[in-house]
Amino acid sequence: MADPMRIRANMAGDKVEVRVLMSHEMETGLRKDASGAVVPAHFIQNVTVTHAGKTVLSAQWGTSISKNPFMHFRFKGGKPGEKVSISWVDNRGERRTDEVVIGGG
Amino acid sequence: MPFYRLLAPLLAAMLPCVCLAQQDTQKEIERYRQLLQESNPAELYEARGEELWKTRRGPKNASLESCDLGLGPGVVKGAYVQLPRYFADTDRVQDAESRLVTCMVTQQGFTPEEAKRNPFSGTGVPMLTTDPFSGVGRRSVMTDLVAWIASESRGMKIAPRMSHAREREAYQAGEKIFFYRAGPHDFACVSCHSGEAKRIRLQILPDLLHSPKDAQRAFGTWPGYRVSEGELRSMQWRLWECFRQQRFPDLEFASDASVALVMFLAKRAEGGTFDAPSLKR
Repeated sequence: MADPMRIRANMAGDKVEVRVLMSHEMETGLRKDASGAVVPAHFIQNVTVTHAGKTVLSAQWGTSISKNPFMHFRFKGGKPGEKVSISWVDNRGERRTDEVVIGGG
Repeated sequence: MPFYRLLAPLLAAMLPCVCLAQQDTQKEIERYRQLLQESNPAELYEARGEELWKTRRGPKNASLESCDLGLGPGVVKGAYVQLPRYFADTDRVQDAESRLVTCMVTQQGFTPEEAKRNPFSGTGVPMLTTDPFSGVGRRSVMTDLVAWIASESRGMKIAPRMSHAREREAYQAGEKIFFYRAGPHDFACVSCHSGEAKRIRLQILPDLLHSPKDAQRAFGTWPGYRVSEGELRSMQWRLWECFRQQRFPDLEFASDASVALVMFLAKRAEGGTFDAPSLKR
């Protein structure tokens, strides 16, 4: 089971500002370990952010995203007290979903 | 006219530019650090560490919640900035890591070897084959725990104790090691960490001997997440790495020698504000 994400969601003017820190190795599949064996690719492929039943962000990621990725974005239409849900799925089918309540400005 | 005579004034004229560029670089590095601080992956380690502290582990199936880090059983808040310190039960001066080893042994029933087995998280740097602790993506219970314990002292003053004779002894031993020249390069810690504006490539080396500000900043920012290695690194790792860079024999994890060095550095950094786990280049 993957570690929980750290999510901060706060109002910034009329938009919701979200910062997410994900715990993931994000292996490219190009590296070799100390014994020379290729480290298999392992990376987040799809990220989805939903708010009030609507998808507000959908991203397709690849191996160029860093380890322990950090994502920062804003969306319109959210209010304090409402929930934002973030999910990712990686190339091995492992997934993780975390939720956070939007805070004030 | 020899070439170098033409070159000399040219070089002299260039010098101020070089200094300025260096200052700018340093400023830019500062800005970069600040930007990244908001997204410090150390938080992920801290969260795991907190969880591990409360998790029942080991042959005794016990958590570490009654571990005494110096401020009483189970007290974590502010403990890190008062370490290393003398502990009567072990009759040793211990830092956070060596104390955790003790707790894993006494509370959870691990053997000392088991508790010390995987002190540092995987480097992710495959070149470091001499690193006995490497392993891509390997997590370390010790590193996670230290990250959390350190985070519980964030913003506090670094206040090592010097009241017990053994604590003063450790400081003196640490000072000796700091000055001890050895190895194929005839190096000592002091070779790099004294004197102003010494650097390795663009990395400015802190003057741990003369500048309290440098020492406070250095000591106050470990543990730190190393962006270049994609791992959180502890103070014990930092010292182990210094020894490796000096081509010394391995510094034994949680040994009295390592604790003595931590004690020396903590004392140099006394009064500084602790700001770790930090984010490092």
